[in-house]
Amino acid sequence: MGRYVIRRLLQMIPVFIGATLLIFLMVNVMGDPIAGLCGDRECDPATAAQLQKEFGLDKPVWQQYLTYMGNVFTGDFGTAFNGQPVTELMATAFPVTIRLTIVAIVFEIVIGITLGVVTGLRRGRPVDTGVLLLTLVVISVPTFVTGLLLQLLLGVEWGWIKPSVSSEATFGELIVPGLVLASVSLAYVTRLTRTSIAENRRSDYVRTAVAKGLPRRRVVTRHLLRNSLIPVVTFIGTDIGALMGGAIVTERIFNIHGVGFQLYQGILRQNTQTVVGFVTVLVLVFLVANLLVDLLYAVLDPRIRYA
Amino acid sequence: MPEPTPEHHLPGAGRTPEDGAIADTGMGGAMDLATAEGETLEKTPGGPQGTGPSEKARSLWSDAWRDLRRNPVFIISGLVILFLVFISLWPGSITWLSPLKCDLAKAQEGSQPGHPFGFDGQGCDVYTRVVYGARTSVTVGVLATLGVALLGSVLGGLAGFFGGAGDSILSRITDIFFAIPVVLGGLVLLSVVTSNTVWPVIGFMVLLGWPQISRIARGSVITVKQNDFVQAARALGATHSRLLLRHIAPNAVAPVIVVATIALGTFISLEATLSYLGVGLKPPTVSWGIDISAASPYIRNAPHALLWPSGALALTVLAFIMLGDAVRDALDPKLR
Repeated sequence: MGRYVIRRLLQMIPVFIGATLLIFLMVNVMGDPIAGLCGDRECDPATAAQLQKEFGLDKPVWQQYLTYMGNVFTGDFGTAFNGQPVTELMATAFPVTIRLTIVAIVFEIVIGITLGVVTGLRRGRPVDTGVLLLTLVVISVPTFVTGLLLQLLLGVEWGWIKPSVSSEATFGELIVPGLVLASVSLAYVTRLTRTSIAENRRSDYVRTAVAKGLPRRRVVTRHLLRNSLIPVVTFIGTDIGALMGGAIVTERIFNIHGVGFQLYQGILRQNTQTVVGFVTVLVLVFLVANLLVDLLYAVLDPRIRYA
Repeated sequence: MPEPTPEHHLPGAGRTPEDGAIADTGMGGAMDLATAEGETLEKTPGGPQGTGPSEKARSLWSDAWRDLRRNPVFIISGLVILFLVFISLWPGSITWLSPLKCDLAKAQEGSQPGHPFGFDGQGCDVYTRVVYGARTSVTVGVLATLGVALLGSVLGGLAGFFGGAGDSILSRITDIFFAIPVVLGGLVLLSVVTSNTVWPVIGFMVLLGWPQISRIARGSVITVKQNDFVQAARALGATHSRLLLRHIAPNAVAPVIVVATIALGTFISLEATLSYLGVGLKPPTVSWGIDISAASPYIRNAPHALLWPSGALALTVLAFIMLGDAVRDALDPKLR
């Protein structure tokens, strides 16, 4: 187990370097970080040179990248161009997005798995067909359309929620945005659970459990569900990273000041340090979540052993 | 097994696949009809089996085609897609206005005779813009999918076929691309592009989309290359290119087609999302994403300007995803 973890951690290094370098290059080569600083006017050449020197932008890109990464590993993510340390922005933005992600994942688990079990046990019945069609529709409608429509209906027309979320972003306010963020993954979780349940329902151990007279409820929860959830757990685990990175759209619709908001602002203002810093953390979250999912396998399924 | 009732053999009776499926004679009737279908199909020229070696391809592709033709999901989504392609090619055939000719005096007005969907915030006719928006979405979706499928299957196929160091490097590169959230990558890359054509958006989708196809193609080629017929061809002295093009590619292409069809829908959705965020297509181009984005500030006063393009977008993506689902059901041998 220990050796497996070490090997996986070592494998993460090139992916981490590659992904951050790619984003670093995109931000640096494609845009001119100084241009964002002088507002709408063109920068005066002397000021531009001075600024470039100050931020180390006159050095070659690879050297900038190395310096930046060196700083990151000592906990210094640099300063945004407005003088605020990027870590400070993160401290305000990440808790909000983490709350939003938690709400989304709770929706995925509760609604997705419930619907999946219900349809998987009644394969081919009207409930099953109806839910399957519904998941297809949810997958097809882009998240920003779902978000705008729910905002229009619940926020504007019926007045059930406030159309935009306050800066505190409490769990209560994040319920509808969380549902919007979760919607597509929710549909995938439903379909995945359904397939998995329907497959395992015919397996020997379920037949044995039924034959020894266990109540149906216990067969489903203890035997069937436990074995069917392995692929679902994998999906939800890898989805954590995707949800946090994909929250840009949801956060923009509901005006939530989280990671997506800061990234969007950073990109619009060509704020290199903010963008690269946030993306670095997001990539790390994605990689760690994937590793945890693989380790969780062994817990869920004792047949899997990591040497 | 019950014998099929005689009327199923009468000309004209039970010829449609739907009749066969619901025949009350049970499996006997349905299977009898299935073989009849297969026989008629062999005489029909054209069809998707036109490519590849005829003997091998006919069994797989004609089976799939037969399954598809009796699948209502495929028929409905196929009709929707044909209609979309038609209005993309000839938008003038169902609308008579120009999408760029707007009258500010009519801004945000509702439905009127001659303007069934009303007007948007700039006073443009929403119906006309929805019709013209189809062309952009279909163009972006089709070109991005072609690019991704070509690049991904060539790289993935070669990596799977030759293995070795090149394969390892390619696998690591795909890992890197998977670690970058797509919308985020799009924002970073496209925010600095000033061109208002569809090409930067398509280029970005190909750049971030190929690893998915490459992974599928690689796995598929590795599975196929272990087959006996590939070994036999190799023993007969076939060159690498002949092995790849004549023996492996026709047998490994099915999963790529399935994933590419579903990806087409997601590319259309992604284009709209990027346009909504303001980094995708730029205004003189007519796009559903731009229109939805433009309509969202005054959603309270003129919801119709948002609802119609959203509905068109959702219907289009749904059609492509349903088509992909149907194609997968038909091509997946595990479901047979």
